Amino acid sequence: MNEINPLLWFGLTLGGILLVVIWVLLSLAFLLLADRKIWAGVQMRKGPNVVGPFGLLQSFADFGKFVLKEIVIPAGADKAIFLLAPLISLILGFIGWAVVPFAPGWVVSNLNVGILYLLAMSSLGVYGIIMGGWASNSKYPFLGALRSAAQMVSYEVSIGLIIITVILLAGSMNLSTIVEAQSGWIWNWNVFGGGLKNIVLLPVMVIAMGMFYISALAETNRPPFDLPEAESELVAGYQVEYSSTPYLLFMVAEYSNIVLMCAMINVLFFGGWNPGFPTDFMATWPTFAANLLLALVFYAKICFWFFMFAMAKAIVPRYRYDQLMRLGWKVFLPMSLVLVVLVAGWRVFSPVAG
Amino acid sequence: MALQAIAFYLLAFVTIAAGLLVVSAKNPVHSVLFLITAFFSAAGLFVLLGAEFLAMLLIVVYVGAVAVLFLFVVMMLDIDFEALRDGFAQYLPIGGLVGGILTIEMIMVAVSVATNGAAAKNAAPLASPGGVSNTEAIGRVLYTDYIFFFQAAGLVLLVAMIGAIVLTLRHKPGVKRQDIGKQVARTPKTGMELVQIKPGEGISE
Repeated sequence: MNEINPLLWFGLTLGGILLVVIWVLLSLAFLLLADRKIWAGVQMRKGPNVVGPFGLLQSFADFGKFVLKEIVIPAGADKAIFLLAPLISLILGFIGWAVVPFAPGWVVSNLNVGILYLLAMSSLGVYGIIMGGWASNSKYPFLGALRSAAQMVSYEVSIGLIIITVILLAGSMNLSTIVEAQSGWIWNWNVFGGGLKNIVLLPVMVIAMGMFYISALAETNRPPFDLPEAESELVAGYQVEYSSTPYLLFMVAEYSNIVLMCAMINVLFFGGWNPGFPTDFMATWPTFAANLLLALVFYAKICFWFFMFAMAKAIVPRYRYDQLMRLGWKVFLPMSLVLVVLVAGWRVFSPVAG
Repeated sequence: MALQAIAFYLLAFVTIAAGLLVVSAKNPVHSVLFLITAFFSAAGLFVLLGAEFLAMLLIVVYVGAVAVLFLFVVMMLDIDFEALRDGFAQYLPIGGLVGGILTIEMIMVAVSVATNGAAAKNAAPLASPGGVSNTEAIGRVLYTDYIFFFQAAGLVLLVAMIGAIVLTLRHKPGVKRQDIGKQVARTPKTGMELVQIKPGEGISE
């Protein structure tokens, strides 16, 4: 790659970024609809079903509505930061996709510290919310922003520690390497301990996966942890003063982060693009066809995890704030520390080397 | 290389400009936001040097955690900006003196290091020596040559954390706390009591 013409490299990377952004945006439009449909299904409603067949075009209609409305900026607001906040949210929501490997070699930037990059970008996401809440110059948004910041900082700690267990298993922070380490049969996935020789770690990794899923719900401000926008207490939290396109940007960023978290669970614990059986029969296929199939496997797993997120939203009641903090600091933090010790101990002292 | 040069000058310019704006911004919240911008651009400079691990740690630790708490505190302060600017002329000479001395010292140190210090004799440090990745190289040095310092730093942080908790922990008597285990373990037998009441007598406590 070093020998390649810089301009060509620039163009190729730009093309890749565009492709990923368009894919994510299109997916978001339909996943958002799926979210509403699943939610409606659980509550025995029909959900959006007017625009297009089965309501398929509902998200596009909503998009048009948001864009055409007037942008209202409160009189006492800090105008620049007020408008900057949703933009920062959106950019941070999409920037993380740069290191997600969709198929062998299909990644915008194959960073050596990809997993740290993802952690860094998701920890930056708090700024969009806290800036929006402060710049609104109003009490409810400010309270919502403060809650959100405390919540996200708390759950990042447990997410970081759980990620360490996966790094210990894979021996790398490169997301492509982590996925490749889980290739082959289904028991090579990290959720099952990463290979038959590590099968002892199965209960440990299943717990780690569960904790990661719950922390991801908290990190993305999804129900049952949607306290920053708890409408019964804070009207809509940090988004109260937002309308029109800035609100749309917050919304898109939120959903992009959710899908990114689904991709992260998938890459870290469920084998990324690996279908769960050896893909040797694909060796003679053209690379593009094989990669396309693997990318579809990846996408199917993302959809499954998004379904889990939607179900959690539909059936779990909201936590109280002190319960949320108790869960994060008194339950998840000590438990994830124990998990790290267990996995590290097994890696050093295991009788079957590896 | 041209792309790298463009990226370097862009990041360096943003870092310095944001650094200046940190001290010159009128609103303290804006100052913190510029500080975050400076951190972020500095992380970009680390990436250009090949020190990707340090760059990511800078973002995760400083921008993602420390600066958030900074922002937290500054946002909740109720600052009177007029009162803040009152003493400006009064403190200008002594502030300027300290700043000037610091600047001169830093320039002298930088010049001496570059001409006959460590930087003059050695080649530029490699981000990934011997083909291993940046993270692995740092880990190897940190857990072998510098293990004592690493552990000592960890212990100092632990002591500081425990100290902060001890100083602020108060057990107020009479505060009702939720014990989830106790709530879940509750059965009808422990939760309620059936009493036979004779007419006209009521329940005696």
